[in-house]
Amino acid sequence: MIRISDQPFDAAEALSEFTARATGAGAVVSFTGLVRDQASSSKVETLHLQAYSPMTETGIAEARKAAHERWPLIDSHIIHRTGDMSPGDAIVFVATASAHRRAAFEAADFLMDYLKTEAIFWKKETTASGTQWIEPRAEDYKDRARWTRS
Amino acid sequence: MAEILYFGRLSDVTGTFCEQVSLPASVSDTSAVRSWLDQENALDGALLEASVRLAVNGEIVTDPYPVTDGDEIAFLPPVGGG
Repeated sequence: MIRISDQPFDAAEALSEFTARATGAGAVVSFTGLVRDQASSSKVETLHLQAYSPMTETGIAEARKAAHERWPLIDSHIIHRTGDMSPGDAIVFVATASAHRRAAFEAADFLMDYLKTEAIFWKKETTASGTQWIEPRAEDYKDRARWTRS
Repeated sequence: MAEILYFGRLSDVTGTFCEQVSLPASVSDTSAVRSWLDQENALDGALLEASVRLAVNGEIVTDPYPVTDGDEIAFLPPVGGG
């Protein structure tokens, strides 16, 4: 399942629902990304996330399909926020379920690397010193490149 | 009319998120759209950057890609969520 929404979500609740649905799984892995309270120079007041529907959803659905083709997953769930958020708010949630742990760990990692560098979102941070659009860091692209098969 | 969308930092640079424009006859592909709008808005190359991709009717395309009036043309600076 994929959910892109400007409404807050409860990651613990999402995980518990996902686990209940993952019949036959021997492993469930989840990742929750939170809005950081500290930018490079000052305290973050708000984070704004912009998406471009339906391109954003289509791209995430393709990445999810790629994960299911590459690893023997029983299920996966991706939630991503848009709109205005405050420090501590959950911005992204990825959960994967498989028979054994390795597939679930790797697929969750793969999906997060996709979301960080290729998912169609733009992030704008507001601090006391003004607003700034945030683009992926070199490390994010390097992480993503780990999944390229030669 | 073509609908032009500016995402992320480009909406700050252009001062708008969305505009309706009538494409001149000479502007028939995405490379020409970049140059024309960059010049029209005196953006000093912001729309010409290689890291800025274009989507036509919801599909990311490679320059030069044909465009016509009625298309939705989106300028996409580097993306990333999480």
